[in-house]
Amino acid sequence: MIPGAFAYHRPTSVKEAVGLLAQLGDDGRALAGGHSLIPMMKLRLATPANLVDLAAIAELKGVRADGNDIVIGAMTTQHELIGSDLLAAKLPILRETSEQIADPQVRYLGTLGGNVANGDPGNDMPAVMMCLGATYHVMGKSGERRIAARDFYQGAYFTALEAGDVLTAIRIPVPAAGHGYAYEKLKRKIGDYATAAAAVVLTMTGGKVGTCSIGLTNVAETPLWAQEAAKILVGSTLDAATVKKAVAAAEAITAPAADARGPAQYRT
Amino acid sequence: MAKSQVAMKINGKTIEALVEPRTLLIHFLREQVNLTGPHIGCDTSHCGACTVDLDGKSVKSCTVFAVQANGADIRTIEGMANADGTLHALQEGFREMHGLQCGFCTPGMITRAYRLLQENANPSEEEIRYGISGNLCRCTGYQNIVKAIQFAAAKINGVPFQEAAE
Repeated sequence: MIPGAFAYHRPTSVKEAVGLLAQLGDDGRALAGGHSLIPMMKLRLATPANLVDLAAIAELKGVRADGNDIVIGAMTTQHELIGSDLLAAKLPILRETSEQIADPQVRYLGTLGGNVANGDPGNDMPAVMMCLGATYHVMGKSGERRIAARDFYQGAYFTALEAGDVLTAIRIPVPAAGHGYAYEKLKRKIGDYATAAAAVVLTMTGGKVGTCSIGLTNVAETPLWAQEAAKILVGSTLDAATVKKAVAAAEAITAPAADARGPAQYRT
Repeated sequence: MAKSQVAMKINGKTIEALVEPRTLLIHFLREQVNLTGPHIGCDTSHCGACTVDLDGKSVKSCTVFAVQANGADIRTIEGMANADGTLHALQEGFREMHGLQCGFCTPGMITRAYRLLQENANPSEEEIRYGISGNLCRCTGYQNIVKAIQFAAAKINGVPFQEAAE
């Protein structure tokens, strides 16, 4: 399979990339790790006339602490997330999630920014970012905007990004020390998208849930933040009856599609 | 579409060429550089037969454009043997442990396992299986591939290889 012809651009700064994308308009696409876009181009489902490769922009790389937040450059790969000691200490759910994305080769190139910006409901990181209350830094022709992950997703492949925008970084408030976390992903085999998945971060105080946040993957056109389900769990001892109520509240906001991974009923 | 000038080091040799931006790295390697060791299996980023080592990363060269690899240091199966022509420990392992049947997946398996052992010199069986989970083999059932990598790790570490009892 051979993609359609395109012109290749390799800017070395965010400013240059934003300028190029603004000038190219609908004829330009940003290229991150390429493991969603290049397969689409090989199938000719995407035929951009210009690709603006973000790989040579050093300022888009790296993981750093900023006060009580962790800021991750958009071009940081899943492989780098897995290897980050800072994330292992502060945000271990990111390693747990990254290890369940695709396969080793894909994780060497696949980026956090690409995963959250693509708008594919099958991507894993968007629900994790909604769960964590992350904020996306977006640079466009009129400057920087900050958009909450919980406000970012509008439909399958539709996000708050506008033509010419580059998502530059992901800012995540560090959950309380000692928090519990999990990213549970049901998939048919390694490398597959989620049939369904859920991210949970919670804290316990005196045997009861102090805070709780839940994100859901691939059970609707967008990732979901299951606010009501989390609220039900807060103050409980996670007893079976309360968990059952929370599950029902989470299910109520889903609208899964039937596909090769199973009928709608199977996915929730 | 205008061609781009690229230069990259492949198996220790600097290669300069003109490529169309849409040329995939696997097509560039096979058709312009005549390195037909990396194979096209699925052509959809699943099977790993096209795996090459690129700047210290295992990548599926069917999902990378040659222009993206401009300036990179690449190693394919053709660059795996030792300078004196003897086999790399992994190649020896695949031969000794019968780690292949048809051999189609083998170049990708070996280049992937090469990077895995660079990052983890003494992987457990579970770590090997997870580490090669981006490479599909339709013949062997993986058992002997895992043994081949264990053989290579032991040889590189200078310890005797002890085959696990079945």
